Amino acid sequence: MTRQMTGAKMVVQALKDQGVDVVFGYPGGAVLPIYDEIFQQNDIKHVLVRHEQGAVHAAEGYARSTGKPGVCLVTSGPGATNAVTGLTDALLDSIPIVVLTGQVPTFMIGSDAFQEADTVGITRSCTKHNWLVKNTDKLSGTLHEAFHVATSGRPGPVLIDIPKDVQFADGEYTPPQKVEVSHYQPKLKGDMAEIEMLVDAIEKAERPVFYTGGGVINSGPAASQLLRELVDGTGFPITSTLMGLGAYPASGKGWLGMLGMHGLYEANMAMHGCDLMINIGARFDDRITGRLDAFSPNSTKAHIDIDPSSINKVIRVDIPIVGDVGHVLEDILKVWKARGRKTNKAALANWMKQIEEWKAVNCLQFKQEGSVIKPQYALARLEALTKGMDRYITTEVGQHQMWAAQYLGFEDPNRWMTSGGLGTMGYGVPASVGVQMAHQDSLVINVAGEASWLMNMQEMGTAMQFRLPVKQFILNNERLGMVRQWQELLHGERYSHSWSESLPDFVKLAEAFGCKGIQCSDPADLDDAIMEMIEYDGPVIFDCLVEKHENCFPMIPSGKAHNEMLLGDAETQGVIQSGGAVLV
Amino acid sequence: MAALHIKKGSTSHSAYNLRPNFSDMKERHTLAILVDNEPGVLARVIGLFSARGYNIESLTVAEVDHAGHLSRITIVTTGTPQVIEQIKAQLGRIVPVHDVHDLTVEGAVVERELALIKVEGEGEKRIEALRLAEIFRANVVDSTLTSFVFEMTGAPDKIEAFAELMQPLGLVEIARTGVAALSRGA
Repeated sequence: MTRQMTGAKMVVQALKDQGVDVVFGYPGGAVLPIYDEIFQQNDIKHVLVRHEQGAVHAAEGYARSTGKPGVCLVTSGPGATNAVTGLTDALLDSIPIVVLTGQVPTFMIGSDAFQEADTVGITRSCTKHNWLVKNTDKLSGTLHEAFHVATSGRPGPVLIDIPKDVQFADGEYTPPQKVEVSHYQPKLKGDMAEIEMLVDAIEKAERPVFYTGGGVINSGPAASQLLRELVDGTGFPITSTLMGLGAYPASGKGWLGMLGMHGLYEANMAMHGCDLMINIGARFDDRITGRLDAFSPNSTKAHIDIDPSSINKVIRVDIPIVGDVGHVLEDILKVWKARGRKTNKAALANWMKQIEEWKAVNCLQFKQEGSVIKPQYALARLEALTKGMDRYITTEVGQHQMWAAQYLGFEDPNRWMTSGGLGTMGYGVPASVGVQMAHQDSLVINVAGEASWLMNMQEMGTAMQFRLPVKQFILNNERLGMVRQWQELLHGERYSHSWSESLPDFVKLAEAFGCKGIQCSDPADLDDAIMEMIEYDGPVIFDCLVEKHENCFPMIPSGKAHNEMLLGDAETQGVIQSGGAVLV
Repeated sequence: MAALHIKKGSTSHSAYNLRPNFSDMKERHTLAILVDNEPGVLARVIGLFSARGYNIESLTVAEVDHAGHLSRITIVTTGTPQVIEQIKAQLGRIVPVHDVHDLTVEGAVVERELALIKVEGEGEKRIEALRLAEIFRANVVDSTLTSFVFEMTGAPDKIEAFAELMQPLGLVEIARTGVAALSRGA
């Protein structure tokens, strides 16, 4: 069942056949035929962003909160180059995104035509795969293959570059069912011998810890359920990376909180002191490991990952299992149950006692005194007032992001959208737009710093146009807080260009966009102001003026190990030696 | 900072030290990579090596299956065992890559390279060059009264040895194809 149609029509047809309901995009000369087709149909909703970077981050927010691939449509040249940051962000965080770019007509490629860029060349290293389609007959097959590649194995961004003459020309449309089976079929099931070995280790472990990451969330809701069953069944403690928050509930018995550079004391100490580390869908990122030669020195390490290149990349593991987290967890549970659900209970009780001692340090404590709002207090109140609501959180990048990860609790996967690997300031505003687009009736809050927020604030226009009631919760310290913190600790308190000068009046800015602005500077008013934000039916820009020189703790300084965490300002003098200063 | 309250000597070391630690010894490996012959595939492979800081000693590529549009890329690379493993895993996840074979670990291997070597000289030097070429089974594919172009096929070290001998005899230019390799046996 093939049909003749134009390339532009094929794009829209393929998107429909792939179940796409929303496209984030921005028109331009080289995609006009596709926009013409979008105009003539009602199945796919097009969200007009204000900048192509916003389109990609919005698609990421959509993808992370739904588990479905996000789709973008942008023009050639600057449209494509503006998408590069979003593509790189999605690559590092393994987010399935399909970006369609227009290109100058095939006969003009290479002539330095108006708005021509070597899009597949530029994006080769920031996509999982990309294609330049020079023949309309090949377009539909490539579009379907693109969705397959973006969502199979370790998910990631893909890009299809479509020259304008290919969009105009007629060709044969092939529906997804008829497309040749792709040779790209990553392995899902783990090796049973390795799984047996891991179960053996689980049964004998005296000081075990689960270390989970974004792979659990990417594997789908079933993987999170299986993880909960395994963690609660074994009674082992569990910590998670920034990307993995929500896979195991923050209210769960085994929950230690986030680990890593700004992770919780008990989580990092457990990682350092464990004798069995079970890494599920995480990748031993440098924000997690700290100093490599002192990373969890006495543990047996198991690593479950769908990407073979993640295994033994930075940390040598003893039990490598290549496979999809959901499939592997299912097999682990099956074997562990069949062998009698054994754990080393006596040793485990001692280990949990030790962990309780670490928890008693209460590393997230802070004192809210005086008339200035502490950022931690603002987030603690936000958590208290929105807990239990149908809530999605996005963030920008910096101190506020770490505080949000520390003070907000996530009970379910796909509720937490943040730029982890790339650390993209400006991610949060468009991401919140994408999330709200997918979950129209839910509460979507972007926890932001004022500097990050300004980077893509133009997307408030998108939020207004599409009636997306996103709440922008800005912790305004008039500083690039994380940069300022590092300058204090590493660069002799010389605060080079790390303050936000000439800030706009955020309330007036909100009014200019036509949404609601709220400013709050007094701790006593905070609860009412947050409630006002939540209850307002429309987008809100919340300018929360906070303590300007607050540092984010706990902190593992660069070049240090997990057990060398700093818990507060008193411990920061001269802690980072010259070797650590070169690290980022 | 509180000390770790971990009982010493219980299980201070992994019970599963199954694999050796990372070794610092560099090894030379020949990889055969089967890829879809599509635009940009070579750029993907080379881009991977440059982006991640791996070495390429030699690289050859040509379509080997015209019906299936498959090309075979042969890469000779060096690195520690861990780096070699990473290279193979990273190559394996490039979408148009069908297969990655590490010929060096998969048994005996035949490696061949073709070289064109231009030697200029007169009199005794010229005769000596021709004599050595015969010993090395190099063919003369071009000749003037003062120069030869030799063509020779062999393992890379044979070509190295010949080029070294030609150096004092008037070697002016050398072009090499890079290694093509197949595993021995059925």
